[in-house]
Amino acid sequence: MPKDHEGIGAGTKRREDVRFLTGAGNYTDDINVHGQAHVHFLRSDVAHGRLKKVDTAAAEGMPGVIRVFTGADFEGVGGLPCGWCVTDRHGQPMQEPAHPVLAQGKVRHVGDPIAAVVAETAEQARDAAEAIEVEIEDLPAVIDMKAALEEGATKVHDDLTSNLCYDWGFVEENREAVDKAIKEAAHVTTLELKNQRLVANPMEPRVAVGDFNRGTGEHTLYTTSQNPHVIRLLMGAFVLGIPEHKLRVVAPDVGGGFGSKIFHYAEEAFCTFAAKAVNRPVKWTSSRSEAFISDAQGRDHVTKIELALDKDNNFTAIRTETYANMGAYLSTFAPSVPTWLHGTLMAGNYKTPNIYVNVKAVFTNTVPVDAYRGAGRPEATYQLERVIDKAARELGVDPIALRRQNFVTEFPYATPVAVEYDTGDYHGTMDVLEKMADLSGFEARRKESEARGKLRGLGLNCYIEACGIAPSQLVGQLGARAGLYESATVRVNATGGIVVMTGSHSHGQGHETTFPQVIADMIGIDADMIEIEHGDTANTPMGMGTYGSRSIAVGGSAMVRAAEKVINKAKKIAAHLMEASEADVELKDGQFSVAGTDKSVAWGDVTLAAYVPHNYPLDEIEPGLEETAFYDPSNFTYPAGAYACEVEVDPETGKVEIKRFAAADDFGNIINPMIVDGQVHGGIGQGIGQALLENCVYDESGQILSASFMDYAMPRADDVPFYDVDHSSQTPCTHNPLGVKGCGEAGAIGSPPAVVNAVIDALHSGGHKVDHIDMPVSPARVWAAMNA
Amino acid sequence: MYAFDFERPSTLAEAEKALAGEDAQALGGGQTLIPTLKQRLAMPEKLVSLGAIQEIKGVCKGDDGALCVGGGTTHATVAREAAADYPALAALAAHIGDPAVRNRGTIGGSIANNDPAACYPAAVLASGATVVTNKRKIAADDYFKGMFETALDEGEIITEVRFPVPEKASYQKFEQPASRFALVGVFVAKYADGVRVGVTGASEGGVFRWTEAEAALSADFSTGAVEGMARPADGMMSDLHGSAAYRAHLVGVMTRRAVAAAS
Ligand SMILES: Cc1cc2nc3c(=O)[nH]c(=O)nc-3n(C[C@H](O)[C@H](O)[C@H](O)COP(=O)(O)OP(=O)(O)OC[C@H]3O[C@@H](n4cnc5c(N)ncnc54)[C@H](O)[C@@H]3O)c2cc1C
Repeated sequence: MPKDHEGIGAGTKRREDVRFLTGAGNYTDDINVHGQAHVHFLRSDVAHGRLKKVDTAAAEGMPGVIRVFTGADFEGVGGLPCGWCVTDRHGQPMQEPAHPVLAQGKVRHVGDPIAAVVAETAEQARDAAEAIEVEIEDLPAVIDMKAALEEGATKVHDDLTSNLCYDWGFVEENREAVDKAIKEAAHVTTLELKNQRLVANPMEPRVAVGDFNRGTGEHTLYTTSQNPHVIRLLMGAFVLGIPEHKLRVVAPDVGGGFGSKIFHYAEEAFCTFAAKAVNRPVKWTSSRSEAFISDAQGRDHVTKIELALDKDNNFTAIRTETYANMGAYLSTFAPSVPTWLHGTLMAGNYKTPNIYVNVKAVFTNTVPVDAYRGAGRPEATYQLERVIDKAARELGVDPIALRRQNFVTEFPYATPVAVEYDTGDYHGTMDVLEKMADLSGFEARRKESEARGKLRGLGLNCYIEACGIAPSQLVGQLGARAGLYESATVRVNATGGIVVMTGSHSHGQGHETTFPQVIADMIGIDADMIEIEHGDTANTPMGMGTYGSRSIAVGGSAMVRAAEKVINKAKKIAAHLMEASEADVELKDGQFSVAGTDKSVAWGDVTLAAYVPHNYPLDEIEPGLEETAFYDPSNFTYPAGAYACEVEVDPETGKVEIKRFAAADDFGNIINPMIVDGQVHGGIGQGIGQALLENCVYDESGQILSASFMDYAMPRADDVPFYDVDHSSQTPCTHNPLGVKGCGEAGAIGSPPAVVNAVIDALHSGGHKVDHIDMPVSPARVWAAMNA
Repeated sequence: MYAFDFERPSTLAEAEKALAGEDAQALGGGQTLIPTLKQRLAMPEKLVSLGAIQEIKGVCKGDDGALCVGGGTTHATVAREAAADYPALAALAAHIGDPAVRNRGTIGGSIANNDPAACYPAAVLASGATVVTNKRKIAADDYFKGMFETALDEGEIITEVRFPVPEKASYQKFEQPASRFALVGVFVAKYADGVRVGVTGASEGGVFRWTEAEAALSADFSTGAVEGMARPADGMMSDLHGSAAYRAHLVGVMTRRAVAAAS
């Protein structure tokens, strides 16, 4: 049945791709509002300095210039807010610096906006920006996190007590027990590593268009966002003081986000503010170069992890110490990433009774860091799965056996780091992997590689992630300043077609295809009778947007709840039309029928009756067929998986080539297997990018050395192999109506440790006793490690 | 970009005239110059496109047997049309950038720019080629003067590059992971009177000849002859993608691979 309607389980092709691939998409830069002016931001070219002079006189006289703004214009305006307050080990709130829209007094990273020129054309704005005279007194740049925390270090924010944002302990009460368990362990394996800084680089750079309607007093912001409602709330309430009913935020087609388009950015607030100030729509389109110094960046953790084992190789304790780079300011969700999205995952797939996670978040003169595909969970998985491999090597045991021995096997399982896994079958998933990856054939493949002078390695990884963020009450206790429910309105039209207005946002995930599949399945009508609308606060209910693999688990569940309300009402109408009792009405294949009779009435007849209520129970129910639901989950979802990677290392050059990659994931129920494959493929590609290629590097003075694609290596088609993926291992989520878990980040979480473990294994097979190489595992680094 | 005037002459003579003006600059395929302009790192008054000048385009065989490549010939054309006569050169051209770059970028633009990581300079030097301009002929050994520096005068136009065709040759490029220019590229060319080895990507002084390897290979053209032979790390470039020591090591590896692959 489902296949007929392209319902749940059908591998339907993505309907939005017709639009995207034929140039018919409507991206923010495609939006040009009549009369618009353009803004160019003058950005700091030094990492840290005191602004001595910003003289705009010459610029104001340049051709086409409408107005030049500086920090002074924003003195009475709020700064960019941080959406999450972390409480430190001692019960104190984090240090939270001001984040002005345009720099005031100081510049704190290369790219910090100093002034903004609004002109008739973008080129004129840029010309005039060059004519602004800026004098900056250079201050020492704070780049290295540990140096930033030393006594007497230069402060990024003069009004804070130090560069420490917070010193977080989790779970603080476990600290002593963990120390004791480590002291008493039969074996302790220690690993120090970096999870390097990354630049998200979605294909579409950020764009913002601000528009102000003088007649109605309404503001509109078109922006490249993953969550327009969140932007409306943050910018309206905290920055510009515009009530929601006077502010509309539209995020139309968005060309990828990977986290970097979750956050509220200065350019959005600026364009909204300036549109009113100059009484013209104001547009900003980021260049790729600008994106490297103004989009929030990802990761950047420096970690020491210790894994303690008893004499039988059971894990007894994990202790970690992490320095997490916040950059110069707190981006919207930055404080939550190294804490609640990272510490809570430190148990991984294993039953380790004692865990303590310490995180020191540090301000530096670098671009702010925030969530990036996986957000905290890749960092947790990477350190854990690397240290487990190292322990297996030290103990001379098989890395799979060591993992299996310590797997969580009984569910629900409450970890010592505050979360409760509802379902999972880690052995089952590993069984799928072992077969799919043909692990038993590895030794033969290794010999074949050796015959060609190459070192072959096999790397394993298991991951668990917490998705579907999240129960609002829980995250509220943890410091979130927002609720994290999701919403949907299901609007049935008179002739039976349906529009779903969702608070989720699709920027590559394929919601326009998968969401209709769910409704098609529930009603038994064709999926092409259902349309999805998202991205416009004017016509969608207040929703929290898309990140943390939450769309189907939370947004999809909200849609199911709204659809259930619709179906219940439709059954009442059908009962009336069939003169039957509501309790006897069934809905199947788009037909309402009465059990035990041949009475039936079609979906379209019922929807028509709802809007043409001639024969209708008006005294019992209202006409119309439209329902809204808000869904707040009772727990996170816990997708898990096991990955295997095989690499070949060229011992002469250190170059790593990925030969095979297999991913076995448990995402619970699957709505569209083809889209899930695609999400996993993309995630693995991104993870391979982190493992082998990508690296955002600052020099001591705070200049970014990898500020273009000439030096920042993005993964390309020939860097990745064909993947084997399998998601047949399914333990449905127990607490949402679809039994789904989310799949958007898994690949990016699960692949980096598998790749690095494989490289280390390859080097050992060649007699190189190398325990660790930091990512990206570039040819130069591999060669250096082999020849150390 | 800053504003500039634009001319697109169809003869060399007109191009010379157009380039005589103050701050005029030749535009080849624009694969280096246009990004530079977009970043506002260059500010020519006038751009003179060489794209319509047929007399500096194409690949042919000279009377002396040399392969003559017009200065305005794209990488894609060289990849196609040099394949029969000088396969190593054609293979080099076929691996520059991506199809868009190869369909626009020209040999003249590449060697006028003389990026220290560019591919062509290694071939030009290793082939002992002659760079022909609208004014003179310059031997490869006199042409490259260091990173981004050449013997060209202001406004001088590369009209042709003449490559003596070797008995055997190969270019081996170890790609810088991001740009995919040469982290180290070695061009080995074996002629009746000796072997020449051109190395790009490695040195702070730009493309250079590895004379020790040339001597060893001229005596015995085999990988064994250069086994264990290494360049010192001093003077090698060091950056995000590789230390001086790594580059020095790769010069040896790529030279051996080029000898092994030479055909
Ligand atoms: C994505 C990308 C990847 C690339 N990868 C590689 C690579 O792997 N290997 C490699 O070697 N190169 C690479 N390049 C560079 C490419 O080969 C360029 O085409 C070349 O360096 C410049 O040639 P052009 O014709 O585009 O010159 P232009 O950009 O037009 O000009 C460059 C300079 O040469 C001057 N000039 C142009 N033509 C002449 C002439 N006939 N006489 C005198 N002066 C002239 C111009 O005035 C300018 O100063 C890459 C470029 C890009 C964009």
